[in-house]
Formats: sequence, C-alpha cells, structure tokens
Amino acid sequence: MTREMTGAEMVIQALKDQGVDTIFGYPGGAVLPIYDEIIQQEGLEHILVRHEQGAGHAAEGYARSTGKPGVALVTSGPGATNMVTALTDAMLDSIPLVCISGQVPTHLIGNDAFQECDTVGITRPCTKHNWLVRDVEDLPRILHEAFYVATSGRPGPVVVDIPKDVQFATGTYEGPTPNPATAHKSYRPQVKGDAAGIRKAVELMAAAKKPILYTGGGVINSGPQACQLLRELVSLTGFPITSTLMGLGAYPASGDNWLGMLGMHGTYEANMTMHDCDVMVCIGARFDDRITGRTDAFSPNSIKIHIDIDPSSINKTVNVDLPIIGDVGHVLEDMVRIWRSSSLKADQKAMKAWWSQIDAWRGRNSLAYRPNNDVIMPQYAIQRLYELTKNRKTFISTEVGQHQMWAAQFYGFEEPNRWLTSGGLGTMGYGLPAAIGAQVAHRDALCVDIAGDASILMNIQEMSTAVQFGLPVKVFILNNQYMGMVRQWQQLLHGNRLSHSYTESLPDFVKLAEAYGGVGFRVDKPGDLDGAIEEMIAVDKPVLFDCRVANLANCFPMIPSGKAHNEMLLPDEANDEAVANAISAEGKSLV
Amino acid sequence: MNAQNVDAPSAYFLAEVSDEIETHTLSLLVDNEPGVLARVIGLFSGRGYNIDSLTVSETEHEKHLSRITIVTTGTPMIIEQIRHQLDRLVPVHRVTDLTVRARRANQDKPLERELALVKVEGSGDKRLEALRLGDAFRATVIDATTDHFVFEITGRTSKIEQFIAIMKPLGLVEVSRTGVAAVQRGPEGL
Repeated sequence: MTREMTGAEMVIQALKDQGVDTIFGYPGGAVLPIYDEIIQQEGLEHILVRHEQGAGHAAEGYARSTGKPGVALVTSGPGATNMVTALTDAMLDSIPLVCISGQVPTHLIGNDAFQECDTVGITRPCTKHNWLVRDVEDLPRILHEAFYVATSGRPGPVVVDIPKDVQFATGTYEGPTPNPATAHKSYRPQVKGDAAGIRKAVELMAAAKKPILYTGGGVINSGPQACQLLRELVSLTGFPITSTLMGLGAYPASGDNWLGMLGMHGTYEANMTMHDCDVMVCIGARFDDRITGRTDAFSPNSIKIHIDIDPSSINKTVNVDLPIIGDVGHVLEDMVRIWRSSSLKADQKAMKAWWSQIDAWRGRNSLAYRPNNDVIMPQYAIQRLYELTKNRKTFISTEVGQHQMWAAQFYGFEEPNRWLTSGGLGTMGYGLPAAIGAQVAHRDALCVDIAGDASILMNIQEMSTAVQFGLPVKVFILNNQYMGMVRQWQQLLHGNRLSHSYTESLPDFVKLAEAYGGVGFRVDKPGDLDGAIEEMIAVDKPVLFDCRVANLANCFPMIPSGKAHNEMLLPDEANDEAVANAISAEGKSLV
Repeated sequence: MNAQNVDAPSAYFLAEVSDEIETHTLSLLVDNEPGVLARVIGLFSGRGYNIDSLTVSETEHEKHLSRITIVTTGTPMIIEQIRHQLDRLVPVHRVTDLTVRARRANQDKPLERELALVKVEGSGDKRLEALRLGDAFRATVIDATTDHFVFEITGRTSKIEQFIAIMKPLGLVEVSRTGVAAVQRGPEGL
C-alpha cells in the first residue's frame, strides 16, 4: 500500500501495520503532530504515563507479558533522556521495545535549541540500533525496519528520532515488506542451529552422568513453543533443570526436575548441581556474573554446551566447549527430534545416583527461614501471596532488591511471560509501570507488583496512570523501612555501618493510595495477612498494600561476592560473625 | 567460537585458547551512514577494548559501503568478543579477522600498509643525514625549503615507527599518519 501522507500520519499507520494496539507515552512540543494524529484515530490506544521512564517500563511490561514489542512515544530533550534508563533496562534484558522520540526541526539540530538533545548519540550505547530520520521519504522504511530489528535475533530496544518538520512533511507511505529477514541488507541473525553441533550435543547429553539444564530469558523470548519444547526435553531426558532470574516460568516451578533458581540468591541444590555437573546445557542464558560467582571456580569439571542466538554471548565470560548459534526454539526442536529418533538414552544408573545426590542437597532446605507469630517475615508474605493467587491468571512484576529475590525464590511460576523483573540493569522503579503495561495487555488478569518501600517511591507517580485508565494493579510492598539489599551488603561489607539505607520518613502508603484515587491496606500481623490479601485481590482499583515485615531480615542463601557456587552462605549458618566475614578483601571490590 | 575455528560448525575439539595478548587486524564492511563510525568507536570505548589504529573510507560508492580497518590488541577470547560485538551492529555487513585469515593460510600477517608525512627541520650535516636516510627508507620529499623537508613514507607500521625514531635527533617537527590499511594476500576478497 502506498499513499501520500504526513510524517505524523505515517507513524500511526506504520504502528497499525505492525500490529501495535497500545502505546505508552507523554506529549511535548516536538511530538505534537503525532499526538494530533493520535486523537483523530481509532484502534491505537495511548496510555498517558506520568513520567517517560514509566512509559518505557510499561512498554517493557507489555512486551514481556505478551511476547510482542512494546511501543513508547516521547518528546525531545528531557522526554528522550528520561527514556534512557528504560532503554538500557530493555537492552540488558533483551526486551523488544520501539521508542519513537520527537526531535527539534532539522534546521535547528546542533543549535542547542529548546528541548534539544543528541538523542541518537545518547541512546546509541543503550539500544540495538537507532535512527535519526532526516527525510520523510525514509520514515516508513525506518519505522518498519525498527520493528524488525527490535524483534528479530536477540530482541532489544530501538529508537526512531523524528524531527518535528519531518512529522509535518508529506511523503509516500509504504507498508511493511512481507519478509524483512531476507530483505534486510545487513542484519540477518542466524536462527537455525548447526545440525552437526546439535547432534554432538545430544550425544554428549546421552553420555552424561551428572547433567544439568541451565536455562535463561532466551527461552521466554523464543516464545511459548520453545518453553513447551524445553518441558519436553526435560521429560525425555530426566535431567535436572535450573533457571536464571529472567528465565523463571519457562519450566514450571512445580515440575519434578525443578531445582529452583540458581546464582547469587539461588538455591543450594541448583548451585551445587551446577558446580558438580559433568555436562551443562546452557539454553538462552549468558553466564552473567550473578550466575557464575567466581568464574575461575565455575563448574570446573563440566563440558559446557551453549545455545544462544547471539554469537557475542559465546565465550564472553566462560569458555564453552560446544556453542550452538540459533534461536532456542529452533534448536530445541531439532534437539528433541534427534533425541527421539536416535537410540540414545540418558544413563539411567548414573542419573539415579545423580538425583540421589541432588536430593541430599535439597534436604539442606536452603530457603528455610525462622517463622514468627508476631512479625510478618517477608518470605512468609510472598508465600501467602503465592498461595492466594496461584489459581488465577497472575502476572508478577517486581522492583529491585531483597523483595525481588524473595519473590523469585518463593513465588512459583508455572507459565512463561508471567514474571516481569529487571534482571540485568536492576532498575528500582521498574515494577509498577511494568505491572501497568501487563495489565493493559491483560485486562482480566491479576497484576501484582511485589515492591520494596524504597523502590516503589522511584516511580510512584504511575499510580495516577493506573487510576486514570482503570488498571487495577496491586502493589504489594514488603515494607521494612530499609533499602534492604543495600543494608544487607553494608552488613556484609562495611561493618554494619548503615549509611543512608534507612528511610526515615516514608509516606503513609494507605493515605498515599487514597490520594491517588486507589485503595490502601496496611497489615503488620501475620494472622491478618491472608484476609487482607484476599480483600486486595477483590478490589477493582489500584492498590498500595503496605505489608510491614521484619525490618532486618537478610536474603539467603547467598553466594558472597568473589566466591564459588559451592561456597554458599546458608540461612542456618549465617550468624552475625559469618555474615561479617563472608566476603574476602578481594570480593569487596566486586559488585 | 574460538578464533582459530571461525568457520567450523563446532568448537568442541579445540584446544584451550591462550591468554596471551595478541595484535589483530580486523576489516569491516559497513553502510556509510551517519553515526556508523561512532557506533564502532563507542563499542570499543564502552566495552574497554583497545584501538591501536583505525582507518575508514568509503570504498564502494554506488552501494555506499565503507571499509574500516582496525588494529586491536587483546587475548584471543577478547578479540573473538570484539569480532562478534562488531558483527551484531546493524549497519555492519561483515567483519573479517585478517590476522586469523593469514594464519590459516600459513602466512605471517595480512598485507598492511600505512602512510606518514614526516616534517624535519634542520641545516648542515643533520639535514644531509635526514635526506640520506629518507632515501634509504624510500621516502619521498614532497615539500622542502632550505630549512626543512616533508617526507612521505609508506610501509608497515614497524618501518614507519623506525623512520620516525631515526628522524627524532635530526630535527623531527611533526608527524601525520593514516593508520593501517590492510587486505588479505592472494586473489580472494572479503
């Protein structure tokens, strides 16, 4: 379809042609022509946020919960710079995000004009790619290319910066090309894995005596089909499986072979299995430093197979023995097919011994905490939230800190795309807008932001968005009055000198909720928790749930910085002295 | 995948890669569009990689393709990273590690040349000595007065370095260098 239209009309048309139904944005001088088109059309819903960062995270939440790209629209200058955190977040967590930003007119670029900034310069390192559109005739092609780049290969954020005069200019609109993957002149990521490599991987897996599947966000990104194939592979092989923070839900937490999350706050059994395994199959994960601990002591005796769509993930931090470049879904499909059709089988005797070892590690009960009848333990709060919401269609987002790790440890995810968290960048303030994004996409679902009292204040203004658009998101605040993870690290590293990690004057969250037009709850007794959670679920409005929890609880188990997987600090051993001495002088300089 | 084995389907049988620092010459074919050089340089600075030399010029005008030649140093693992990180930039068509290619063809190095303009000021014996050495290095005098010469010299980086070092005591004023341009030996192209 080609026809004459203005640049602003092209933006709306291209979004619709790309199947976009929702955009998150905030108007301003340099995007007014686009906003003028938005109000004159139907079919594209615009969610007005209260801060551009909120638009970015909401688009991420929308993307993560649907598998479709999220779209944000912001103005020039501060609008664009406020997006930088969300773009970086999407970059590190491989979330497909298309951000359209307004720019000052082309003749003013470089003049330090009002609300001018070098958007493509600023966002170059935090996007997969970005474009400054200088000619309206290039605009349709670039918009379609932006969606192709954001969603293909390893997904990520892109920015299309459109000067105001280009939005007003008239040009010829062209629809998307039917097959962008072959049409693109330089960006054509490999999706199909090498057959010989996959066959070799299957042989190695069949010969393994102590195997493990280590999966990550790449499985979720690859889609529901990939998750299904992963489950099939687990049942075919009988292998134990663990996942990174980003990959939770790809394999169900109730599955027999599930070891729990691995890494810094992963379970003892997951980390010990990683450390002692002889064949590791890494599927769509990237050997992040939260996962590996000390790299020179990382799973020292294993053959490592790495399936990843991004060749630059291979051998980045850990040398692998067999890399397979390709989309997880495609590779798993081949892997399952080869496994089925070959006469190969997992070594049953060895597997039995391996599982009995793993069961011994499980018996260590590394997520244990001391229950309390007077004070709500944060772990208990998550457990109750899980029990009371698990039978619904529930999406959980989080902010960043202790509450995030407890949510990952104690909330069991059965399905992919139900868990929205800022893993790579660790962005406080992510959860509320992300929950809003998920709620927009799933109006009938329960969307809960598990938050901390400090994190929630970083994007609290989005309560106003939730109220305006009738999005009944529930913010479940584990309120301990501290930046809990900062306090925990100060205890670990700095002699328990709690420098600025205590918030002396928190708002009254109940009144705050009411001020925004939502509903507030406050609970401080374990016995009142269930009733209040049920009430919260029943409320058809945004909720701030102030759950007062034990102030000084630490998040365990933990691999202290600079330590290996088999040197975890377990909850029952973590007395004050052990905590104070857990990290060596070398480890202290690590993050 | 490890550098020695870029085209092999599997790196499973590779020996451990060494941790020694190596110098490699990479050749990139990129779209000549605004910001492409910034993307390449930003990647190096952002990820802490080294650039020893960088040259860029449009080489295929009708397709608007530029060729960037980068000389970089790092362990084989880092150099592999650099290659893959460059390769995933959207406007990058191809990244070739010419050093690896040369090794695989049992050659010492790819063909590498640099051009330098070297200004030397002086009189008397020093001036004669500079001219004599310029001849020995096959440098061309492209500008001169009674007080100075400007030499144009082409060659491998080591030759240029040596020439500059020799000129230093003879009245070296300034040097301008192009950086390394490189191609693979033999009939094949990128």
